[in-house]
Amino acid sequence: MQQIIDMIQTYSLLRMLIAFLILIAIVFANAIVMGYLERKIAARIQRRWGPMEIGVQGWLQMILDGVKILGKQLIVPKDADRFLFRLAPLLCFTPVIMIFAVLPFSSSLYGINLNIGLIYIIAMASINVFAILIAGWSSNNKYSMFGAMRAVAQNIAYEIPILLSLLAVVLTTASFDLQKIVEAQSGLLWFVVYPNLFVAFVIYLIAGCAETNRAPFDLPEAESELTAGFHTEYSGFAFGLFAIAEYGNLFIMASIATIMFLGGWNGPFGLASGPLMGAVWFMLKVFILMLVMIWVRWTYPRVRFDQLMNLAWKYLIPFSLVNLLITAFLVKMI
Amino acid sequence: MATMTKFQTNDKHRFLLNMGPQHPATHGVLRVILEMDGEYAMGIDPVLGYGHRMQEKMAESRVWQGFYPNTGRMDYVGAMPFNHGYVALIERMAGIEVPERAEYIRVITSEMNRISSHLLGIGAYVLDLGAFTPILYAFDDREDILDALEDITGSRLTYCYYRVGGVLKDIDDTFIKRTRAFIANFRKRIPMFNDLVTGNIIFIKRTEGVGIITADMARRYGATGPTLRGSGIPYDIRKSEPYSVYSHFDFDIPTGKNGDSLDRYNVRIMEMEQSLRIIEQALDKLPEGPVLAKPKKTKLQEGDCSFSVETARGVLTYYLVGDGSEVPYKLKIRVPSFSNLSLMEEMCTGMLIADLVSAMGSLDLVIPEIDR
Repeated sequence: MQQIIDMIQTYSLLRMLIAFLILIAIVFANAIVMGYLERKIAARIQRRWGPMEIGVQGWLQMILDGVKILGKQLIVPKDADRFLFRLAPLLCFTPVIMIFAVLPFSSSLYGINLNIGLIYIIAMASINVFAILIAGWSSNNKYSMFGAMRAVAQNIAYEIPILLSLLAVVLTTASFDLQKIVEAQSGLLWFVVYPNLFVAFVIYLIAGCAETNRAPFDLPEAESELTAGFHTEYSGFAFGLFAIAEYGNLFIMASIATIMFLGGWNGPFGLASGPLMGAVWFMLKVFILMLVMIWVRWTYPRVRFDQLMNLAWKYLIPFSLVNLLITAFLVKMI
Repeated sequence: MATMTKFQTNDKHRFLLNMGPQHPATHGVLRVILEMDGEYAMGIDPVLGYGHRMQEKMAESRVWQGFYPNTGRMDYVGAMPFNHGYVALIERMAGIEVPERAEYIRVITSEMNRISSHLLGIGAYVLDLGAFTPILYAFDDREDILDALEDITGSRLTYCYYRVGGVLKDIDDTFIKRTRAFIANFRKRIPMFNDLVTGNIIFIKRTEGVGIITADMARRYGATGPTLRGSGIPYDIRKSEPYSVYSHFDFDIPTGKNGDSLDRYNVRIMEMEQSLRIIEQALDKLPEGPVLAKPKKTKLQEGDCSFSVETARGVLTYYLVGDGSEVPYKLKIRVPSFSNLSLMEEMCTGMLIADLVSAMGSLDLVIPEIDR
């Protein structure tokens, strides 16, 4: 036993391999848990039962669905770009794991701590757009192409308010290091209670909803207009990877909000948060945020594309810019 | 295909998008060929015939009684008025008197069917706009209607309940009790539905000013039903030439102002309230007596005859030519959705595809009724 631990500590490559395997497992587990919760909560909102057959309250349903989707064939459409068609789901899935590697689940529980953690996350999250564009382009399907084009326009528009609202926090803490940002909130007050950062938090939540293509901003996969958008032609595990990546992105979105505004792994009212308890607090906050987004998804109709763009360019970006200026002013004065 | 070549000669930057017959927004089997310029639909061409079953020819090749079940299979969402039109047509032709109790039962069941049809139409419309939940609330209420009607008619969707001279089976106390309970319950549900959906800012933004049908346009295309009334024309067969016992009841004809999708949606909501009023009055006044008159003649006389009823989607007209035998010489069916669909090209040209879905959904089309 001691030998194995020594080996792991000596060879950093082995350590990274193990860390990545654990991260992949977390991403998959997150998709299963979130998929189950989404179906159950959606059912609750819609006055039905949801999955009930497999296991108590149907809790094994998602695992069974995962196994089923593994056994399905990936049908490549005629005249599709075969290489890109197969590349897109991987390109969508990989950045999710890369981002999970830097998320601080607690003060000592993280894959790796970068001093430019936030920039790294934003950069990795942008790869998602490429994946969607490649998926839509290579499918050789007009509906897929529509979805892809919408996704690109939407993601470009909404990345700006996301960045601007996060910059407000960076100005306050003077650091891109996620650990330092969390430590800055270890007192009684989280960043969300400051008025200017609360505005940033709200802007971030709205833009994050759009960034992860969730309703009411789920235009790239608008069912009633584009059948299924960019993943219309995907089947089997390639489709599964898109779904897993979507839940992974949702988790990332919620965890960034938690780290930047809701105190990360800090307990409320300065409650104790050791390495393990911190992870519990962190997960609790992340899941509450994700449940709110599920709730919103199953309640509202979808906005139209020009309305979506108007919201970003006319309201969110100016507001977040002004907010950033006010924050900069406050930081300078105080 | 002719339409394909027509589009291909146009501007090179435009491309064709085939929407349907398996598209989620074209409920049933409507196919629309769109000529797209980016996300704008510049040319619209509906293609029909995927659900064609030759109902009119079927009517000409069997005795008139054999056509009963077919009437409920054209508009499967609101089958009762289709039953009603056919039996009333034969009654008018043969001069058969219908017992009053049977007429009252016809009105009650027709109006309940109208509510269930509107509930489905509204639910599916909001689903088209991307809200998944309201349709299940609508179905929750619709279930009450279907359960009540199933008890007396034996079917849940494609009814074959009316007979020439009355109805198949008398209604019982359980049905009356159930219907009254439904009315009381549904009165409370409409405000809730309005709170959840109608007042929603995203919903209003998606429907207000989208798919405007002017009164002139509606007249030119022969649109009827909520599509016509949404444009502000208070035309309803139940009022303008009352059939059955509709003249006995006090009800209003709700109309819209601008003729946009939101108006058509609101007209449907208000019509459900009026239907509740009619059912309530009919239950209060329900006379005693037989429900099925004994028909004397079984042969159709020579000559022609027509009868119009108001279905959930508009005016339905049956036109029958008899030649003295039991088999109709010709039965022509004029269905409301066909005229309403023909509005689409003028209404939707130049629209965003998202608005196209919104406008098309607000017409509440039932495709098998168009195809027959």
